[in-house]
Parts: sequence; C-alpha cells; structure tokens
Amino acid sequence: MTRVVVVTAGLSRPSSTRLLADRIADAVGDRLRVRDADPEVETIELRELGSDITSAMLTGGMPSARLSAAAASLASADAVIAVTPVFTASYSGLFKSFFDVLDPGVLQSTPVLIAATAGTERHSLVLDHALRPLLTYLRAVVVPTGVFAATSDFGGQDEAGEGLSRRIARAADELSDLVAARPGTPSWGTTRSARPTDALAQAEAAEDEGSFTPFEELLGHQT
Amino acid sequence: MQFGVFTVGDMTPDPTTGREPTYAEKVTAEVAIARQAEAVGLDVFAIGEHHNPPFAISSPTTLLGNIAAQTERLLLSTSVTLITTNDPVRLAEEYALLQHLSGGRVDLMLGRGNTGPVYPWFGQDIRNGVALAVENYNLLRRLWREDVVDWQGRFRTPLQGFTSVPRPLDDVPPFVWHGSIRTPEIAEQAAYYGDGFFHNHIFWNIEHTARMVKLYRRRFEHYGHGRADQAVVGLGGQVFMRKNSQDAVREFRPYFDVAPVYGHGPSLEEFTRDTPLTVGSPQQVIERTLTFADAVGDYQRQMFLIDHAGLPLSTVLEQMEILGTEVVPVLRKEFEARRPAHVPSDPPTHATLVGADRDGAHFRVGPRSREVSAEALR
Repeated sequence: MTRVVVVTAGLSRPSSTRLLADRIADAVGDRLRVRDADPEVETIELRELGSDITSAMLTGGMPSARLSAAAASLASADAVIAVTPVFTASYSGLFKSFFDVLDPGVLQSTPVLIAATAGTERHSLVLDHALRPLLTYLRAVVVPTGVFAATSDFGGQDEAGEGLSRRIARAADELSDLVAARPGTPSWGTTRSARPTDALAQAEAAEDEGSFTPFEELLGHQT
Repeated sequence: MQFGVFTVGDMTPDPTTGREPTYAEKVTAEVAIARQAEAVGLDVFAIGEHHNPPFAISSPTTLLGNIAAQTERLLLSTSVTLITTNDPVRLAEEYALLQHLSGGRVDLMLGRGNTGPVYPWFGQDIRNGVALAVENYNLLRRLWREDVVDWQGRFRTPLQGFTSVPRPLDDVPPFVWHGSIRTPEIAEQAAYYGDGFFHNHIFWNIEHTARMVKLYRRRFEHYGHGRADQAVVGLGGQVFMRKNSQDAVREFRPYFDVAPVYGHGPSLEEFTRDTPLTVGSPQQVIERTLTFADAVGDYQRQMFLIDHAGLPLSTVLEQMEILGTEVVPVLRKEFEARRPAHVPSDPPTHATLVGADRDGAHFRVGPRSREVSAEALR
C-alpha cells in the first residue's frame, strides 16, 4: 500500500482548491495503480482543523487530538499533495499556520507535489516563491513541476484547460516516479512506518532500541 | 505526598477592572500567598525567576529568604531557577545561604527559560540552552559537594581552588528538580543524577506529560537509582473552585479568556478538556487530580497555579483556603491509598537526606559509572 496524503486549504465548499487537489490525487492514484503500488488517498481539509490550528498556535504548541491525527498521517505518508489558494500574493494564512504548528521533521524526505489556485494566472510564481521554499525548509523533496490553476484554467476545452491537464499529468508522473524510486518501498508491500518527528519521539525510539545517547556524551569534556 | 502552589509573579492586570498591580503590591502579595500556603496546610511554595516585564520577581532567594523568616514549616522552592543565564557559582552560594536561613526548608527546580532576548542580557545565547543547562548544573553539583573545586568548561571562566560559601547546611546539598515540557535531554539529566523531574503540564495534554514522565522513569531505572516507579515526579496543575461549579465557571471565564499564554485561543471548555485545568467544585478538582496518577504513575509532588491571569489577591487567598481545607486533605488520603508500599510518598527533603547514606547518589556528583570511567582515563 502506498499512502498519499492530500493537504488542501480551500475554504468554500466546493472549493476550486479542493477540485484541483482531487484532480491531482486522481492522476497520482492512476499512476501508482499502474505500478501496482496500491494507493490509498487521504485528504486533510485544513478548514476542519481551523480552530485546532489557532489554539495550538496560541497555546505554544498544544496539539489537539485532530491535529495530532493529521500530523501522524503526514508522518507516515509516502507522498503528499499540498494545495492552497493564493491569498494576498501568497499561500493562505491557514495553510502556513498548519505547517507552523507541526513538528518541523514531519515531512522530512517525503516526496511532495505543490499546487495552488488563484483568480488570475498573474500569481503563478507563488509556487516557486512561497510554497517551494516553505517545503524545502521542512526538508521535503518537492517535485520540479508545480501545478497552478487560475480560474480560466477550469474553462474546459480551450488551450488553457489542456495546459492544466498537461501540468497535472507531468507533476503526477514526477511524484509517482519519485515514490517508486524511494528506498524502503521497492516491494510496495508495506507502508512506511511513521517516523519519529519530534525530539521526544526520537528519544523514545532510541530508548526502545537501546541507542539512547548517554548523558556522559552531553556532559562532554569538563574537567 | 507534597502539595503546594507555584507562581511566576506576573503583573497581569485584572481584566474585570483593568487595574494593574504595582511592583510593591505584587512582591508583597507573593509573601502573603506563601504565608497563606503555610496557614492552610499546604507543603510547598514555589516562585519563578524572570528578568523581563511583565514579571516582578527577579531574585527568588531574596523573596524566599523573607518568606523563610515569616514561616515555620513551609518548604520553599522555585518554578523555575534559571540554570542557563545564572552563574552556577552564584546559584551555589545563594541557595546554600537560603538553606541556612530557612533551616533546610529549600529545594529548587531548574529550568532553561524560553525567552531568547534574556540570554544575551546575561552574556549567553539561547541556542546553547541545553548545553548551558548541562554544564552549569554539573558545576553546581560539584560546588555543593566538593569543598575545593578546580574546574574548566565552556561557558564561564575556569575555577582554581574555589570554595563556595556558605557550605550547604549539614553538608547536604538541596534536592533539585529539573523542569521541562518537551526536552528529552532534561528528563535524561534528571534521571542521570537521580534528581526529581517536574512536568508543568498546565498547557499540555496529559498524554504528552505521561510520555515525558515515562521516559524519565525508564532512564532513572537505567542509571540504577531504583525502579522506574520509584523515580521522583512532580506535576503542575491549574484550578479554580467554587462550591457550585457553574459559579466557578462564571467567575473564572473573564480571566481565562484573556489570560497570558492561552488567552484568545481555545475556549474554556476545550482547554479544560485537553489540559489539567479544572474549573468547578472542590469535588471535581479532587476527581480530576487523582486521574493524573493513572497517567504518570504514583508521584510525589503536586503544585497548583492559583496566582495568575490578574486574579485579585483576595481571590487567590480564598482559593488557597479551599485547596488547603477541602481538596488537599482528601487528595492526601486517596493518593496514599492507591500507592504501592515500595513507592515513596514524598520527595527527599533536608530532614531525610541528613540521615541518608552519605555514599548515596544524592551526595555524589554523578553516578558511579562516570566516576569509574573518569578514574580509568587518568
């Protein structure tokens, strides 16, 4: 099984952001099925986590049960599709705040496809100016093609619409190639186990396997 | 088991009146709170150290020295003493002096401090927070345990032939707690030395607290200080009580809604569900507090945050009376009833340590394993 987790920050229902997220998820799912990778897609609607995200931010990081579940999903994802509307020339505040309250290691080494929606194509560089640096900072592996969809891209048969389909296909190819090439998932038989993403989880894992850093090492060379 | 109140002495205005206390009022209020703690039968008063507004207390030992003179059996502690930005030499001196003034009624809780700008004010850098805590505390242990210290480290000038005075009362260094919300190295530090571990879980869910405490307990056992369930654990808590729980909620809500740290965020209902905050009747507080032991195991010290969020002193003193007369007596009985015989009720105190084996872990700088390996290196 291959776990694909979609993070979507659209606010209305239905939102064009969710619409784009679903199209990308379908394209990625098709490609993984062709490779016998048995995809399982989970979608996280950030709107549903809105008050949890705010509370975590205002309490200095206290995670709610829902937020913890979302973080656990991301930590065990084989691939992530992150989609945001463009608000005021960047990703939405909700999208950014979600990543702000996660442990920074949660997406480490995870293949990620970035996508954004906006009213006009003039915002298209938001993918490379805002989303890509954010996810690079989180040490995710971001595929080269980002998918940007302006309102006009949803027009159907015109040139712009075909362009969107092509971009989705190319980005989906890149993401599924990357997932397939990852060490640890050659047989497609198992889900990547959740990585310890914070210092406490790492310490617990180290204690379980007997590799805990002894305190003498922290003490160093005082004389 | 010990019960007490802890505070950071914040100058938060009363949101119902807009009135901010003066420094004079806040400082004397802390003394009144400590005296009330003794009067209503609580065991411990702990004060936090801060060097920035909106806090009033920058020198815990000055405040605690004054309180020591006005109390007889109250244990004086901190929440926390900054182990990062204080010179360990000054800490060794000041807390030993406080031991003598208080007749041994002192322990302290060490913490790193999470306000970046405070560090450079004291010549330090928050990025070295854990390294400072590790080096400074090891030196502090030596200063209390060795009459003459030669020392060289990374963060302060070397010491040659230095003797910290006064020597600890009866040559018994104060018991030390290490406080941390989520840093495993600090739980490890507490475990390594066989010191206490305090988790102030008032802003976090109990599941997280349980994980931190479990890690400390396992490492405590690893270093040979006893069984995991014998490790010395303290917890924070936060309560507001009235006979009728609806009255408690109505009175506390305006303070909760704008409180520092969590105000304007989760609702009172969400916060009471997800954190140890209990707003209700004394019986509800009793029931909730007893569940902490289910999560972290039987433990030795429970501290309550009462003085905060701009609550008037009269209300704080009233709350402490309810705590001391209606809640804590029941908690004492119930916690002991569930505690296995081999798990200590109390943390070590001066009285118990005076009679303890002078070759025990508390009187050594580090566990035997380290001394043996240091010997081998020579």
